[in-house]
Amino acid sequence: MLSSQSDRAGFLPLAQLPSLLAQLRERGYQCLGPTVEQGAIVMREIEPPEDLPRGIQAEQTPGRYRLTSDPLNRYFAWSSGPQAIKPHTFAPKESLWRVERDETGSLQFAAVHPPVVRQAIIGVRACDLAALALQDAHFLREGRRDAHYAQRRDHLFLIAVQCAQPASTCFCASTGDGPTPTAGYDLALAELADGFVAVAGSDQGQAVLDDLNLAWATSQQIEAARQQGASAAAAQTRSLPGRHLRDSLMSRLEHPRWDEVAARCLACGNCTAVCPTCFCHAEADTPALDGAASEHERIWDSCFGEAHGHLHGFNVRADIRGRYRQWLTHKLATWHDQFGRSGCVGCGRCIAWCPVGIDLTEEVAALTEGQP
Amino acid sequence: MSLQTAHPGKPRVAVHKFSSCDGCQLSFLNLGEALLTLAERIDLVHFAEAGPLDPDTGVDVAFVEGSVSTPEDLERIQHIRAHSGLLIAIGACATSGGIQGLRNQAKGAEWVAQIYSHPEAIASLERSTPISSHVKVDFELWGCPVSGPQMLAVVNARLLGVAPRDNVDKVCTECKRQGYPCVMVTHGIACMGQVTRAGCGALCPSLGRDCYGCYGPAENANTDALAMQFGHLGLTPEAIVRRFQSINSQAPVFLAAANKLRTGSHD
Repeated sequence: MLSSQSDRAGFLPLAQLPSLLAQLRERGYQCLGPTVEQGAIVMREIEPPEDLPRGIQAEQTPGRYRLTSDPLNRYFAWSSGPQAIKPHTFAPKESLWRVERDETGSLQFAAVHPPVVRQAIIGVRACDLAALALQDAHFLREGRRDAHYAQRRDHLFLIAVQCAQPASTCFCASTGDGPTPTAGYDLALAELADGFVAVAGSDQGQAVLDDLNLAWATSQQIEAARQQGASAAAAQTRSLPGRHLRDSLMSRLEHPRWDEVAARCLACGNCTAVCPTCFCHAEADTPALDGAASEHERIWDSCFGEAHGHLHGFNVRADIRGRYRQWLTHKLATWHDQFGRSGCVGCGRCIAWCPVGIDLTEEVAALTEGQP
Repeated sequence: MSLQTAHPGKPRVAVHKFSSCDGCQLSFLNLGEALLTLAERIDLVHFAEAGPLDPDTGVDVAFVEGSVSTPEDLERIQHIRAHSGLLIAIGACATSGGIQGLRNQAKGAEWVAQIYSHPEAIASLERSTPISSHVKVDFELWGCPVSGPQMLAVVNARLLGVAPRDNVDKVCTECKRQGYPCVMVTHGIACMGQVTRAGCGALCPSLGRDCYGCYGPAENANTDALAMQFGHLGLTPEAIVRRFQSINSQAPVFLAAANKLRTGSHD
């Protein structure tokens, strides 16, 4: 059983995977799924004939990501790619509004809305769903609903796939966010040798499952999926302490480890860009060359950048030490105050995609050493 | 604040060339239609690549391409400074001394004697230096070459009466916004993006290539940490020095990184 919310699981034979995508297209969804691009698994549109990459694993260690082959020839053996769902909900760059001067010379402001695109994403991981829930908490919070995020979020259909082959950088079991999806999906799949145990997590998901006319999954298949999840959790070698880290970290703001990590950190901001929960952005105006209009844009920003810490006349985080400390303490400590939980879902992207391989779990262990 | 020209009358703009390959001027020319739109709002009084020639006239904005590399350059840059409102250095040559700055680390006079039959006909300064080493520069646009949109944004800011926006962040920020998987992490190639200033739109990584630092050092460029990682990727110390000693070899941050490696003081 994949989910406590669902009591009936179907079984989707491997050969029927294209019909699942066809069902979604019929419902007007653009289907995004794993695609190999520049040596990594990225989410791109899949068009018929559906040639999802098969037999690919992603070997990940600090600062290193390599595609390798999966001896079991599975479709979803690649753990996680360089990005979660984030770019599909929180756009890396988009216009929010535009201003034009009309014939009378007065300024006319108009909201710019992204085009409505119904997107289905296949291959979403449990950690990605946990991260999406945190992004929702930020962008869709009561009274401050972000129209651009909301429009894309409302038209998203998510097909989660259990992570059976975590990377060495994964630690979702310790944060309680994986490797088996438990909430936040429309459909959840667990890949077995001959097909997928499939459960619905929403009415739309159930409707898709119903139309596929699947046989029920057998109790052996359901047990195999459960076992697979348990083994994937047990295989994880990294972890974050299960306890609330707020007080430990906030009482160690002058720990020498911050200097030590700052000497290694490039302040490139890659950890924040690949982090599925980071939501910081900058806004800027781009005036048209003829002087008649201007566009107000939002772009991904990072607490590792200079401008992010720039206040009038001074910078609150001029050095790398201050920036790394801000990132880590926000993510793992003050995030609790803001959102009621830690901002880390254990996907390990900040470890794999850090060009110098700084390991968040190692830094936390060093910073909190000797604490109960 | 009006969205229309903050100052009545068209600003007079000049584009000057010093020791350079003309690539930055071409970036400006390659803007095509945008340049025509701009031409209605400015007076391009001197721009050799495009036609107009009037190098000595006073202007509101002077773009300066190229490094100071000859005795004549020394005098000319002073004249331009004295006759320009804003002076904007464009490109690697004007901001750091350019590729020709590599000669600053060599015995230039000996080379000239070896190559030319009449070395006395060559009037070159011993060092190639950026414009800011000689006169006050109001704004620097880095890159080899600079991007056309960057130049437009600077002119547009001037037309609107605001300060041009600077971007001192790393190339990585642009790479990630465009969804390019990191070439260093996926292929183990020595990418300079983590210490290089943004502005190119991550052109090289978009083609699966490593950034070679043509936009010069970003702020808080941790060259020590990057050099160490290059070593872990298998580069020899000499190869790491060459990564920093390229288009912007004389930019102080890259020069210091290279010198540290040369003297072996890197730990």
